[in-house]
Amino acid sequence: MNFLDLIWLIPLFPVAGFIINGLFGKRMPKTAVGTIAAGAVLISFIFAAGAVYQLSQLPEHERSHQVTVYEWINAGPAVTTGGQETRFVVDWAFLLDPLSSVMVLVVTGIGFLIHVYSTGYMWEEDGFYRFFAYLNLFMFSMLTLILGSNYLMMFIGWEGVGLCSYLLIGYYFHKKSAGDAAKKAFVVNRVGDWGLAIGILLIFATFGSLDYQTVEEVIRAGVASGQYVISQPIFIGIALALFIGACGKSAQIPLYVWLPDAMEGPTPVSALIHAATMVTAGVYMVARSNWIYQMAPEALAVVAIVGVLTALFAASIGLVQNDIKRVLAYSTVSQLGYMFLALGVGAFAAGVFHLMTHAFFKALLFLGSGSVIHALHHEQDMRKMGALKNKIPITFLTMAIGTLAIAGTPGLAGFFSKDEILWQAFSSEHGHPVLWLIAAIVAGMTSFYMFRLLFMTFYGESRVDHHTEQHIHESPRAMTVPLMVLAVGSVLAGYIGLPKWLGPNLFEHWLEPVFEPVQVAAVAEEAAHHSAALEIGMAAVSVGIAVIGFLIAYTTYAKKSDRAERVSAQFKGLYQALLNKWYVDELYDALWVHRAKDLGRGLWRFDGKIVDGLVNETAVGTIRTAVGSGWWDRWIVDGLVRFAGGFVKTASWPIRLSATGYTQNYALVMVFGVLVLVGYVLWGTL
Amino acid sequence: MVPTHHYLLLGAALFTIGVVGVLTRRNIMVILMSIELMMNAVNINLIAFSGRLGNVSGQVFAIFVITVAAAEAAVGLGIVIAMFKNKETMNINEIDLMKW
Repeated sequence: MNFLDLIWLIPLFPVAGFIINGLFGKRMPKTAVGTIAAGAVLISFIFAAGAVYQLSQLPEHERSHQVTVYEWINAGPAVTTGGQETRFVVDWAFLLDPLSSVMVLVVTGIGFLIHVYSTGYMWEEDGFYRFFAYLNLFMFSMLTLILGSNYLMMFIGWEGVGLCSYLLIGYYFHKKSAGDAAKKAFVVNRVGDWGLAIGILLIFATFGSLDYQTVEEVIRAGVASGQYVISQPIFIGIALALFIGACGKSAQIPLYVWLPDAMEGPTPVSALIHAATMVTAGVYMVARSNWIYQMAPEALAVVAIVGVLTALFAASIGLVQNDIKRVLAYSTVSQLGYMFLALGVGAFAAGVFHLMTHAFFKALLFLGSGSVIHALHHEQDMRKMGALKNKIPITFLTMAIGTLAIAGTPGLAGFFSKDEILWQAFSSEHGHPVLWLIAAIVAGMTSFYMFRLLFMTFYGESRVDHHTEQHIHESPRAMTVPLMVLAVGSVLAGYIGLPKWLGPNLFEHWLEPVFEPVQVAAVAEEAAHHSAALEIGMAAVSVGIAVIGFLIAYTTYAKKSDRAERVSAQFKGLYQALLNKWYVDELYDALWVHRAKDLGRGLWRFDGKIVDGLVNETAVGTIRTAVGSGWWDRWIVDGLVRFAGGFVKTASWPIRLSATGYTQNYALVMVFGVLVLVGYVLWGTL
Repeated sequence: MVPTHHYLLLGAALFTIGVVGVLTRRNIMVILMSIELMMNAVNINLIAFSGRLGNVSGQVFAIFVITVAAAEAAVGLGIVIAMFKNKETMNINEIDLMKW
């Protein structure tokens, strides 16, 4: 079978599952709903794997396969800002190249595991079918986003995943906090989508096309002919506008506030949408547009700075949170910051590599936390956990692997990808030692908060309340098997992207055709001149920092210690600020939310006082002047009218019967009237 | 390329369904929906002729119609809710204030 020409089917399997489960799921048994939903994603995964395998068999420079299903929009002539004639034409087309192949495997593969897990986790929830319908709709949107071959299809997928995110965060819609969180996610994402839309419009206005390959060719040709030069304002503008979109979807400063609140959704949703796949859409979009970003080093610098600040900021909040899912949420924001740091220093492959390894271990950690929450009957507060190590051993072991992976233990996935980013932040031509320093500190903080989570949950004394304690149970197989598979992935996924001093970086090599430099720079190979010893040394430093983080967490939370209380009392102000998330939500409330409400209230008052007041004043004035004319009217005019009216009334009783007061009767007469008129006109022409 | 008269037939069919809906249904919500149907039938005609004549203004006009339809739906639903609060009915036969 030629899977390459069938990639347009990949998003259609989940949409079929969505339609079946959405329309008939209510009346179907739960087993059938779960099988259809997970099966649809499995078929997608098989088709994706087949297509990627066949893609890898092609010669390197031909590894880009586009399938056009049909011409979607053809909306007339247009002129670009450069004065070129073009048409606004968009195809419904799919593109499989090394970048989208990585994404499609991650999304369908991890998506399938999370679907399987969900059948266990959501079994006792109301609206089981609704959950899976949404989840399949999400898969469809996400696959459209990554497989689409132009910016408009990406936009469709982008909005689709945003909608599904909204629906699934608000899954427990009877809880006000869930509804609020869903609304917040939706509104904050609108801000980002505004930027993305501006970026896409600018791309069409400048290059006259939205197709990735066409835009890339136009840019390359423009650079070759000298029409485009690096740092041209239009490139910076497009890159920054697109980055606003990425900030919204991928939860970067200043638009990250929705992601921690999104944890109101069911845990598999947090794993799939808010950790492994959807939030990485921004990273994918920036990597996809790398030819634009390469032309705008200033915008790249913004990306790197925003990324590294987000990593630091979110990690600092994660240090003190007590809700197990919130720690992971801030960890996700922080890791996304790492990815943007990599993109910002021009190491696109390193960013995508971290995206992939992060998808494994963060999905694992979220599903593991879901398993803990499941075992404890929906308890999420880590202060009410502890000593669960032997009670839920599979969950513990898999989560420990995930923690080791994210903390950067040598040999596990997180080590290779994070180290690549740290090294690139230091050594690439867009890098800077300060970026490296902050990123290395964040690595230590990551290690601390993740081991804090692990120790508070599984070690120490049990703080579970007595009633729940007796019902602690390991999760069903549908949940533990995905955990084990992901744990294996978290160990092995790193080995396809080894650092230079260890072996070939297959992953980077695979992505090379996508990230080909727009301009062959004279300094391109400078990075290679750094010695391997330096690279190993820096890896050792980052591992050392992570070990320090581990030791602090171990002595504070695994052993009996009052250090946590002591330190938080000593630095009370800082602790409170961290616990309250640096008061960013309060700041945004004061800056935007309350201002919008004030505006509404002000307009309401304007309406009530000024507009209504004018009307009322006029009315009072009219009443006063009307007294005089009223007399005249009542006796003279009315007298005449009443006389005439009485006459007409008496004379008209047969016609009165037709005025029934039913609007539809009148409408019917109108329609007949129109038909008669039309008939009359046509009579003349025929 | 789909021939223009196919679009016109589709538009006419949709419009007729809309007219019949407005005239025969008793639920105000359904009547509002039928009106939307009629507007979209008009949109189809506009876009069909726009495509046929190679002139974008028809498409622009259709976008305006969609915008107006959105506003109309908002206002219409507002009126329906206000009316429902007053009369506690959605049946148009029970709303006959225009009777003599």
